[in-house]
Amino acid sequence: MTDVETATKACAINPLKTSPALGGALAFLGVDRSLPLLHGSQGCTAFALVLLVRHFREAIPLQTTAMSELSTILGGADNIEQAIGNIYDRAKPRLIGLCSTALTETRDEDVRGDLRSIMQRHPDWSDLSVVYAPTPDFAGSLEVGWASAVQAMIDVLVEKGQRPRVLRQINLLPASYMTPADVEAIREVVESFGLSAIVLPDLSGSLDGHVPDEYVPTSLGGTSLDDVARMGESQMTLAVGEHMRGAAEALKRRTGVPFRVFDRLTGLEAFDTFVETLIDLSGRPAPERLRRDRSRLVDAMLDGHFYFTGRTVAIAAEPDHLLAVTRFLDDMGCRISAAVTTKKLPSGAAVPCENVVVGDLDDLERLASSGGCDLVIADAHAETTAVTIGAPLYRMGFPVFDRLGAGHRVSVGYRGTRELLFTIGNIFIDGQTELEPYLRQNREGANDASVVNAKVAAGQPGS
Amino acid sequence: MLKQRIAEAFNEPGCATNRAKSDESRKRGCSSSALVPGAAAGGCAFDGAKIALQPIADAAHLVHGPIACEGNSWDSRHTASSGPRLYRTSFTTDMSELDVIHGGEKRLFRAIREVAERYQPAAIFVYVTCVPSLIGDDVDAVCDAATTRFGLPVIPVNAPGFVGSKNLGNKLAGQVLLDRVVGTREPERTTPFDINIIGEYNVAGEMWQVLPLLDQLGIRVLASITGDARFHEIACAHRARVNMVVCSQAMASFARGMQERYGIPYFEGSFYGISDTSAALREISRLLVEQGAPADLITRTEVLICKEESAAWMRISAYRERLQGKRVLLYTGGVKSWSVVSALQEIGMTVIGTSVRKSTEDDKQRIKGLMGEEATMFGQIPAKELHRMLSNGEADILMSGGRTQFVALKTKTPWLDINQERHHPYAGYDGMVALVHQIDTTINHPVWRQVRLPAPWDRPRAGQ
Repeated sequence: MTDVETATKACAINPLKTSPALGGALAFLGVDRSLPLLHGSQGCTAFALVLLVRHFREAIPLQTTAMSELSTILGGADNIEQAIGNIYDRAKPRLIGLCSTALTETRDEDVRGDLRSIMQRHPDWSDLSVVYAPTPDFAGSLEVGWASAVQAMIDVLVEKGQRPRVLRQINLLPASYMTPADVEAIREVVESFGLSAIVLPDLSGSLDGHVPDEYVPTSLGGTSLDDVARMGESQMTLAVGEHMRGAAEALKRRTGVPFRVFDRLTGLEAFDTFVETLIDLSGRPAPERLRRDRSRLVDAMLDGHFYFTGRTVAIAAEPDHLLAVTRFLDDMGCRISAAVTTKKLPSGAAVPCENVVVGDLDDLERLASSGGCDLVIADAHAETTAVTIGAPLYRMGFPVFDRLGAGHRVSVGYRGTRELLFTIGNIFIDGQTELEPYLRQNREGANDASVVNAKVAAGQPGS
Repeated sequence: MLKQRIAEAFNEPGCATNRAKSDESRKRGCSSSALVPGAAAGGCAFDGAKIALQPIADAAHLVHGPIACEGNSWDSRHTASSGPRLYRTSFTTDMSELDVIHGGEKRLFRAIREVAERYQPAAIFVYVTCVPSLIGDDVDAVCDAATTRFGLPVIPVNAPGFVGSKNLGNKLAGQVLLDRVVGTREPERTTPFDINIIGEYNVAGEMWQVLPLLDQLGIRVLASITGDARFHEIACAHRARVNMVVCSQAMASFARGMQERYGIPYFEGSFYGISDTSAALREISRLLVEQGAPADLITRTEVLICKEESAAWMRISAYRERLQGKRVLLYTGGVKSWSVVSALQEIGMTVIGTSVRKSTEDDKQRIKGLMGEEATMFGQIPAKELHRMLSNGEADILMSGGRTQFVALKTKTPWLDINQERHHPYAGYDGMVALVHQIDTTINHPVWRQVRLPAPWDRPRAGQ
């Protein structure tokens, strides 16, 4: 059983968390022609923007209500109204995703109420939807904000009530850690069963790093609002990660669509479960391509397990990401010597580590140093942490700003798991330690100058 | 000339297998019968010679031949060095069409010059391959000229692939050392405790699991031939008091040669397995004392053996519960089968069969003694048969070399590498504990449950 310990430090050193508002904004960016708006001071937006830009290497449409001292005291409703007006005039989005911040939550603004009266005053904004997601910075991290925004969209944008089901249509709610390429990979598997999926949010349409023909001031693609409205017509909702359970439940309350939560899609056994569900939903046999991919993953696991066996990994990641990656590493024979996450794990979460700490990269450093470590897995901020620990860093999570293609890595499904296996396996191969040379006593010729010289020459060819 | 040397190499009274043969079959050599066109496996004589000499770490190993010989084979063995890395740098003359037409001698000489000037190696071994043999390059003459010209030993190794098997190449390499290296220099000093270890190549650093034991007893390894060796040490090897031969079939003739030329007694032993390691230490001490070392060495050796054995068994017994009753198929030539068999039986494992491809008659008798008369001893197991055995779940683990690795893995059977290409050292007392640990980790690995799960489309569906 996993114990969850909360670090008792007053000071977070090298934090692991990024803000929930950023996670909320990211979720809104997976909807077509949307523009997220952070309700806070302009710095709240600027920092989130920079991090998103560096991670995805894309222009990120993200705006701010630019709260000032005065508006903070008097209330931010005017700022929201002005911001929406300006955004509407300039960018013509279909959706504005409004995320609160610690600032506005602390003064406890009634954003929902404000928003209702603002929208009533503006019948001219009839082609605009505004969705409000509460994402206070003081509660949770990116994962929490992401889930909050998805649930908010469902509560507002999905047509209410039981509706006739469209045969072979399902909903997919991806986890916050899934990359645009992950989302695409899962969609392809779903479609290979003849099913069509409404993916909310769909980063593979917006942040997949394509080059649009013209300047677009909003998100570059993603789930269309029409599709979001039709989510009540699907046969079932498939949610990835425990953090998406709330959104799936909200959708069921609103439309009666049943749901199933998959705790992870990384790993052979985990994805088998997902595929079984697709077989049941579609009533079709698994396509040949998928069978081949599974067989290839099995082969990769057989070939690769040698290099994972007994290796120790220290990992810092958001709860559901932590679960997905650590369970996979456990499958492969690794030992998780240190696990740090951002919030208390859901009860029953089976992270294969005796002690999971809610903490920061400093905690990771401390735990890894005492528990042994062949590999550090964390976001790009952990570079110096890994240097101190003395192990290589595999960058995963958010942000990954010092590697190309952060949005294009796949670690879900049979193929993605294989890719992850090869990448991490190769790091282990690089780090293989040979037996420490034993220098025997009284070795003949050890003091002989010619032998020593030959050694030096041999050690430095070309010198 | 080469033909004569090959005949000599096969005439090995020191080899138990050879002694047991009829005169007629002895003439045919050790392994010529194994080379069946269309059904042969294993390396050539060049391969064997290179394996035997390459661990000499401060020498350059230059392969005279077209690219296949070296280009396809270099850096595939994990013999470890505690110092120089030169032996891992690959040198070949990469003979071209024109070299074949005009002869490769000039190119070879230039290659030797380049290596000598750029790396200043302790020596250069020049390996002759099939093509220069065929076209008649006088490699011996080139090497002699280069030795004079560059002032360092340039030693031809005449073991082209077509003359025979890997095993023959081992023997020819030993002959080269005997004729051209051993006895060419004198050590700074000698002690009554000086020994050579022959035929131990320090694969994955295995010698380093044994050397501390010898150091504790004050036994000095004058030369190890050739694991983690330096050229100078081998040149001085004739001053040792005792020779231990580790890989018997390959290097017995070398040890016998040293006995004939320098009067150094030798014995065959192994550092694989607990009882073997103890027996080897005992024999080294006994022979050293016989040669004039102080008699208390024998008592000190017994004390060390007692301490090390009980520590090793204690550590191994921790695995008994997890491994009891598991069935092992042992398929290897490199590691002495019977000594591993005894260790596995000691922790309650069942050895369902073992290969005796490279074992001597003596070894086979010992295996029968351990496993009973009905013991399954294999020669070569055809891949198809191996696949069938493993698919039927007849073994819980296959311990073998890289060739059969993927036969095992495709049947989702745990597999452990115990051949020369392995990464884990298994010698001495620590090595046997490490081997048992590896078996445990491999058999009880979580990956096996998962990969054996039926695919989702093969599972029974609800409502069907």
